[in-house]
Amino acid sequence: MTEAWLDPAAWLILLPLSWASLTFLAGPGRGGRLAIAALAVQCALALGLALEVAATGARVHAVGGWGAPLGIDLLADGLSAVMLLLTQAVALPIAVYAQAYFTDAHHRQEATWFWPLAGFLIAAMNALFLSADLFNLYVTLELLGLAAVGLVALGGGAAQIAAAMRYLLVSLVASGAYLLGVALIYGSYGTVAIATLGPLIGQGPPLAIWLAAGLMAAGLAAKSALFPFHFWLPPAHGGAPAPVSALLSALVVKASFYLVLRLWLGPFAPLAQTAAALAGALGAAAILWGSWQALRTRHIKRLVAWSTVAQLGYLFLVFPLLAADGAALQAGVMQAVAHGLAKAAMFAAAGVLMLATGRDTLEGLAGVAGRVPLTLFAFGLAGVTIMGLPPSGGFLAKWLLIDAALVSGQWGWVVVIIAGGLLAAGYVFRVLRQAFLVVPGDTGFQPVPRRLEWMAFVLATASVLLGLRGVELMALLNGPGDGQPIS
Amino acid sequence: MTLNEALPLAVLASSLVPGLVIFALPEERVGWRTALNLFGAVSKLAFVAWLLIGVQAGETYGFRHTVLPGIELMFKADALALLFVTLSTLLWLFTTVYAIGYLEGSPHRSRFFGFFSLCVTSTVGLAMAGNLYTFFVFYELLTLSTFPLVVHRGTAQAMRGGTVYLAYTLAGGALLLTGIVWLHGLIGQVEFTHGGVVAALGPDRAAQLKLIFLLLIAGVGVKAAIVPLHGWLPQAMVAPAPVSALLHAVAVVKAGAFGIARIVYEVYGVEYAQSLGLLVPLAILASVTIVWGSFRALFQDDLKKRLAYSTVSQVSYIALGVALFGPVGTVGGLAHLVHQGIMKITLFFCAGNYAETLGIHKVSEMDGAGRRMPWTTVAFSIGALGMMGAPLTAGAVSKAWLADGAEAAGLNWAVWVLWTSSLLNAAYFLPILWRAWVRRPPPAWPDEHIPARGRRETAWLLLAPPLITAAAVLVAGVFAEAPWSPLAWARLIAKREYLEWAP
Amino acid sequence: MSTGLLYALAGVLLFVLGAAGVVVLAHLLRKILAFNVMGSGAFLVLVGLAQREGVVDPVPQAMVLTGIVVAVAATALALGLARALHARTGRTGLSEGARLD
Repeated sequence: MTEAWLDPAAWLILLPLSWASLTFLAGPGRGGRLAIAALAVQCALALGLALEVAATGARVHAVGGWGAPLGIDLLADGLSAVMLLLTQAVALPIAVYAQAYFTDAHHRQEATWFWPLAGFLIAAMNALFLSADLFNLYVTLELLGLAAVGLVALGGGAAQIAAAMRYLLVSLVASGAYLLGVALIYGSYGTVAIATLGPLIGQGPPLAIWLAAGLMAAGLAAKSALFPFHFWLPPAHGGAPAPVSALLSALVVKASFYLVLRLWLGPFAPLAQTAAALAGALGAAAILWGSWQALRTRHIKRLVAWSTVAQLGYLFLVFPLLAADGAALQAGVMQAVAHGLAKAAMFAAAGVLMLATGRDTLEGLAGVAGRVPLTLFAFGLAGVTIMGLPPSGGFLAKWLLIDAALVSGQWGWVVVIIAGGLLAAGYVFRVLRQAFLVVPGDTGFQPVPRRLEWMAFVLATASVLLGLRGVELMALLNGPGDGQPIS
Repeated sequence: MTLNEALPLAVLASSLVPGLVIFALPEERVGWRTALNLFGAVSKLAFVAWLLIGVQAGETYGFRHTVLPGIELMFKADALALLFVTLSTLLWLFTTVYAIGYLEGSPHRSRFFGFFSLCVTSTVGLAMAGNLYTFFVFYELLTLSTFPLVVHRGTAQAMRGGTVYLAYTLAGGALLLTGIVWLHGLIGQVEFTHGGVVAALGPDRAAQLKLIFLLLIAGVGVKAAIVPLHGWLPQAMVAPAPVSALLHAVAVVKAGAFGIARIVYEVYGVEYAQSLGLLVPLAILASVTIVWGSFRALFQDDLKKRLAYSTVSQVSYIALGVALFGPVGTVGGLAHLVHQGIMKITLFFCAGNYAETLGIHKVSEMDGAGRRMPWTTVAFSIGALGMMGAPLTAGAVSKAWLADGAEAAGLNWAVWVLWTSSLLNAAYFLPILWRAWVRRPPPAWPDEHIPARGRRETAWLLLAPPLITAAAVLVAGVFAEAPWSPLAWARLIAKREYLEWAP
Repeated sequence: MSTGLLYALAGVLLFVLGAAGVVVLAHLLRKILAFNVMGSGAFLVLVGLAQREGVVDPVPQAMVLTGIVVAVAATALALGLARALHARTGRTGLSEGARLD
């Protein structure tokens, strides 16, 4: 048992909060280096925490030595450890990427604001994954939302400000609904601790709790851009600078999905059956609509953003399958992790392509393959995960999902999953085909710092290598010995 | 890790590692690239030879790696695997030499040879796959690594061909995946075992097993170009000749046929498949493809398209052999896997030579080609005669065994199918030979890139591979009874697949 | 009907009105005001339901204080963005045509 002041759980929140403030004071140059160093430390902390949880099970840290219900508890179990690892593993390469991305003249102003906001975003995510009561989750959710909105507005143009405004309003209404749900729950039971709520709700929930569950689910679904609440995501993620889009698509939307999963598997488990089919149907609609829009759009980053909408649909397909087969949880987590890595890689690659061609359109990509081959390889590898082709993490997730669907006899989802994979192939190869076209003459491509290409490649390779070895991740998720996932 | 575990991985690594290094090489480093390519090909050949000797003696080589609980990546170099591995490895060596000559001076060669190496890695991995999961992983990797080669030229036409190719192969992969996951749900890991593994499930699962069989065969049938899933193969001919030669005449289509063999023999077991009534429909489908492919070939003027339809037809000989219940048919089909590979690659090499040297792409342009390029045309003729089943060629041997197998299985109509196909083969190959040898050459060739220098008709790198493979066609035919021939190896496999039979 | 329940119902009503306002109203300042009304509704529910047998429960009051701080920060950000949008485009609303591209 570690000493309280050395507890990695606390440092995973304190460290990013500190460097967020310090980088604001230090400025973009030194700030970037500080952030990268701190993120490296955070990676080590997350790994240490994961190893500890894998060995001894879930652990609690009482902040300031005061436990619940008056104080705040930080709970780290298998699912939290996995999400913390994902966050740190994506944030570090993206930070290295961002430091190189923001160095040219256009972007110097953006760099000043990027580091503090990114720091707050990561602190909020870490805190969210470690929270054990509903109200603390609300606070972290709001912090996450505000930081994300700030990052979306980073570009400074009218379209980005409008996208940020739209995102902010959706986010605020969603958290407001969540807060009302928390209020109703507290009013009914007098507690907001997740652990104690489970048995209480299991004894037969009053109407207020049904209402609360609905409100919270709707709010979190809107934050996760689940169809039909997805409309804010393509402008926001498509218009932001590449490192910002990577953080948002890979991490931020996963946080609200994590919450839905946590609540679904924990306190609201008795209520889950009714909404499972609805969640699945909306997920299927997201897959089909998102992929269709990705096939139609002319802008590279919009395409990748619509791909996020589609891939988030896979996550919500997990819910109707959870009832029948515990393996569906593993599928959902594997999908979240693989998609996080792959989407960050895709946005990083898209950023490089835009820097190289000077434009955001697919037509502008013609012939770029010769100039940035590593980036296109990275885009291709990330695409392999998105399409769910072997040997990637996305393929393992797809396999587990299809397996869960077939075992429970729910054939319809298999058709949706397969169709989603084929549509994803459609839009991924749309980009690759354009890039491989041979065009005569020199088309005026700009040189791009090598570091940007390498970071995209590292993230993409990680998502593919995940497909070769998922045993440790699943063992971490399931916890030591008992095989029961969480809560 | 023991030696028996390391060898299969070494075979994979011998093309994967050079391939990855080649990607990073700058375009101008021709010497390094050639050296890496040849080093990879030769070392792979050495490892495969070691495996052949060991498997002949009864050794087992395999490797397992757990990906998730219940899902393993597993390699098993058994006799059937080595049939395909040896074919791919030998032909990769020759095609690499050919490609170096063919692509001299073209752009993006590092990219080409990098993906070329990845393709061979995928083919070999697929051949050595020890369970359906591993097979699927490499099956899709094969699709992904062949796509950049199909679209290598970067023209709009190449892109269209690539799109069609992807659409077919990814759809096939989706069907295959569904079947595999379904089967996994029923019996857990589906390891390839002599005699099959699904018979243990019992009769109440028979309906599900039939449906799964349909999904699996449809999935691999796309790559095996079985009618009506063959549409991608003629379209994929936009690829450069080395790609068409190795990949679309050998690796990709053989991967599909190999998949059919594995599924029938080592997942379902041929006796169980027969009892479910699955083999006769497969035989019918294969026969339809044999006749339809040959028929379409008659009307193609583009030389590579004619060869593509011929491939459609000939690969289904293998499927037919698998579907003929009985060891004789098995031997015929598996031997044809090798024989058709060497015959077809010879034909494609020659087609590439005609295109590169004289700018000939169509049959109608081939008048008098035999006078100008005699050695290439000799090789072409041997390959064509092999396709027709002329005596002394490899094709004759496998056709004879297939015909015997059809009679032994009681499907006498299949013998008629084989005869019809031979006649159609003659009908579309003999005119080409007539034009090349007998007709007078035109005053000027369409686009003579490589002028004749004395007796040398074209570049040596382009001439040697087809001559060697044409010689192999004759050797495999004449020496079919020798202990080291492809036929002998096929008999070894059949002996191990069927539980009571002495060859 | 206890006073707690009355406050709670009023809170829910405010919440609904606020949320509807955010969605329906066009002018950004009105949307922001509606958001504040919505937040106040949620706080009212928290405080209203917090009285148990006449004894005041401090925990929800602490939650409401936190919530007010968050709402202030969010409002500030929203106002900043609205001003920035107005400065760049002269618009006072998110144009409907730009919703789905």
